[in-house]
Amino acid sequence: MTATVPPKAPTFLGLPTAPRGVGHLRGDQSFPDAARGALRDGQLRANLGHATSTIRGKRAGVVAELPDWGQLREAGRALKAATMARLDDHLEELERQVTARGGVVHWARDANEANEIVTRLVQATGTSEVVKVKSMATQEIGLNEALEAAGLDVFETDLAELIVQLGEDKPSHILVPAIHKNRAEIREIFARTIPGVDPDLTDDPRQLAMAARTHLRERFLRARVAVSGANFAVAETGTLTVVESEGNGRMCLTLPETLITVMGIEKVVPTWRDLEVFLQLLPRSSTGERMNPYTSTWAGVTPGDGPQEFHLVLLDNGRTAVLADEVGREALHCIRCSACLNVCPVYERAGGHSYGSVYPGPIGAVLSPMLTGVEDNASLPFASSLCGACYDVCPVAIDIPSILVHLRAEHVEAQERPTAEAVAFRGLAKVMSHPRLWHLAQRASRLGRLIARGKPTLPNALPPPVSSWTRSRDLPTPPKETFVESWVREHGS
Amino acid sequence: MSAREEVLSRVRQALGADRTPPEEVVRDYRLTDGRPAGAPALLELLVDRVEDYRATVLRCAPAEVGATVRAALDQGLGSGWSAGDVVVAPGLAEDWRPAGCDVDDDRPAVQLADRAASVTAVAVAVAETGTLVLDGSPACGRRALSLLPDCLVCVVTADQVVGSVPEGLARLDPLRPLTMVSGPSATSDIELQRVEGVHGPRTLLVVLAG
Amino acid sequence: MKVALFATCLVDTLTPSVARATATLLQRLGHEVVVPPGQSCCGQMHVNTGYRREAVPIVANHVRAFAGAEAIVAPSGSCVASIHHQQAEVARRAGEHRLADEAEELAGRTYELSQFLVDVLGVTDVGAYYPHRVTYHPTCHSLRLLKVGDRPYQLLRAVRGLELVELPGAEQCCGFGGTFAVKNADTSTAMLTDKMANVLGTHAEVCTAGDASCLMHIGGGLSRLRAGTRTVHLAEILASTEEAVTPDQQTRPAVSA
Ligand code: SF4
Repeated sequence: MTATVPPKAPTFLGLPTAPRGVGHLRGDQSFPDAARGALRDGQLRANLGHATSTIRGKRAGVVAELPDWGQLREAGRALKAATMARLDDHLEELERQVTARGGVVHWARDANEANEIVTRLVQATGTSEVVKVKSMATQEIGLNEALEAAGLDVFETDLAELIVQLGEDKPSHILVPAIHKNRAEIREIFARTIPGVDPDLTDDPRQLAMAARTHLRERFLRARVAVSGANFAVAETGTLTVVESEGNGRMCLTLPETLITVMGIEKVVPTWRDLEVFLQLLPRSSTGERMNPYTSTWAGVTPGDGPQEFHLVLLDNGRTAVLADEVGREALHCIRCSACLNVCPVYERAGGHSYGSVYPGPIGAVLSPMLTGVEDNASLPFASSLCGACYDVCPVAIDIPSILVHLRAEHVEAQERPTAEAVAFRGLAKVMSHPRLWHLAQRASRLGRLIARGKPTLPNALPPPVSSWTRSRDLPTPPKETFVESWVREHGS
Repeated sequence: MSAREEVLSRVRQALGADRTPPEEVVRDYRLTDGRPAGAPALLELLVDRVEDYRATVLRCAPAEVGATVRAALDQGLGSGWSAGDVVVAPGLAEDWRPAGCDVDDDRPAVQLADRAASVTAVAVAVAETGTLVLDGSPACGRRALSLLPDCLVCVVTADQVVGSVPEGLARLDPLRPLTMVSGPSATSDIELQRVEGVHGPRTLLVVLAG
Repeated sequence: MKVALFATCLVDTLTPSVARATATLLQRLGHEVVVPPGQSCCGQMHVNTGYRREAVPIVANHVRAFAGAEAIVAPSGSCVASIHHQQAEVARRAGEHRLADEAEELAGRTYELSQFLVDVLGVTDVGAYYPHRVTYHPTCHSLRLLKVGDRPYQLLRAVRGLELVELPGAEQCCGFGGTFAVKNADTSTAMLTDKMANVLGTHAEVCTAGDASCLMHIGGGLSRLRAGTRTVHLAEILASTEEAVTPDQQTRPAVSA
């Protein structure tokens, strides 16, 4: 995190964005710089290539199984769009229903406020230990750091989160935060950091999972407070939903006396019935399973079953600023399945850390800049070749390429002083909109023939920005005549 | 302004005074599987899907559930188990229970971790996804019961088996604490390869009656 | 049919042979080809780099240049996709509603080459002869925005003498992405490397595609490595006939002058 706190709080479209100095939405390097380092990490490349190709295949298989995937996807998109159009009403209804069933609802304008609320709630229970279920929202706001600063011990219980926490690493994927580590590296982390771990621990994934089970078992049984996120919250019934695999979520949602759920305001869905769409879309898109092993739902507090104290923290942290962007608001439809990461050729090569935010990959490249204001993450919208693979797989049909292009323009239009690039593009626009100037410019490009000195390609050493091309690819020598010129010469105009 | 008021007013500002009315949601996906609950083909499908998660299915006639539950426990715990290893949901049918087993009561939930296996009923089963849903009713037990013992035996009756997710959800009460179980606990966190058995029960046995 | 050819700025300036081949092919199929001399660019590069306002006059020029054309064909999937999906939108955002309507209307008559051949003209066998081992890279915008599907394969399969070999990982982007190739040169190169590895793994003599820009990227990389495989646009393959084959039509450097 950059420590410099700016004079005025950033805004986006007139609404406050996620504040600086807290949480994990901003990197300290631009994407191209961060990627340059990551691309040289052969082990990372191998791990990512292996993991993403495995999951791509599985996803494709289970999606193809459903004859109505297209209709489900369209219904998912429409449901999210309809929800956003009435977001205020649905949030108020959710609050009413959760409260009516014994829960307490808190509202947080931003990361700082959410962290304060959760810290206060945990401290009020008198415990010093918190168990956590993997949650993007709490990673986004840097809740662990806030709790630790208050002297509390935080235990991540999701296997991949545990790997990241024990390895003092950062998450690099929405679903599988330790996707950048392979089994051998995970074995090494466990052998080094888990007290009393079996000295003969091998890198067999089953053995590694068992080591995590043993390590966390006692913690679950003695935990008095748990913090979770939520995948969905049903407004009409106040039903919260956590979708998971390992059972650590169930442990956290069931055993402690107090449960605190931190949820972005966009996770609300209007009706119970809406889950019939999302519970089909999500598991097939994320882990490539027909259904994930465990989905837990609860409405407020149930006497004799599970936590008897339940708090729901509704988090803004820049989401309303995203909602204000008519093109970009679609990014709030994301159900965090991570399918777009798994198919993204840029993500697969540069890895999640290059994005500098807890939200990497295609969705991160649009969501992070909108949550923080585009200027705080200005390189991310350009971190895409616009190949469109993300849009194809997105289970709620978010048109990520169009949002990327939109945010590029937002960045360009936010510049107060013209950049060299802007001068060039404006000049070129003028030329391209006047055929006479265009033909002159084309003729001028033939000067390249002088530099090429009769060779079929131009020399590699050319000034920037052309050098960024010629460093790894040849550039053809311009021909003697353009096509239009030769056609006009032969046929008249 | 309170945080509540401020967040809500930001939402209203973001949507603008002339906000676009919500679009209509067309539900032209499959609402039913087309086969009635308990149809033989659905039972076959459920078995196939549950076994795909590496859980075990034992089929039996409705009158043989008790014996089949015992057979399932033989498989899950090895034949030397004793009734004291097993805890059952308080509302589980008498003749489904192994004789002399422990019945869950209002003891602290963590004590259930001392038991090797638990036996519960389910509220509904979705064939297409191989999903069993427990709804916290007396027959299904509280959530910790199906979580802490390492071996879980669920009894499913044919009439509880529906084809699709929409049919399954329609049968459930969203106000109850629900647990949807699709196979034993598992993780894909290491190289995105699925490995069964993490924090939840490592063994899942399904007794399908009818 | 009278077909207006949109060469695209890149083809016109750097690889005129592609536009020439497109014209030759359409004429051989019995159609009249016109080349509006006022054409320049569709505006895609500006839009995709964030200069959507600046793109508006370029769109206006394009609409002016092709006004009245019966059908417009371009040998570039991504330019056609931009015409279909971006031109009207940027005009409308800039408040140029008339231009937006005109652009939309023009887009309705604008076709990518393989779609024009298969859907509009209804031909898959264009009478071509190309005795080479060829692999096809389905460029992203042709594949995902225009959904050209298997049309290029249908066309290639009908070419006499041509041995079509499957490209592994075909649907992965080659890493071009317009200014992405320059702004994120390292990531782009990493993508290109994997694409080239797949192309070279096929032992094809020729890698073809429906986009000259992506071919310039792949071809530029292959040429830099002095690989034997060259890139040839789909239009050039389809324009080839027995008469056009010369003894020296051998494996040449990927990028031809
Ligand atoms: S943007 Fe779509 S594909 Fe990507 S994580 Fe979100 S829901 Fe999944």
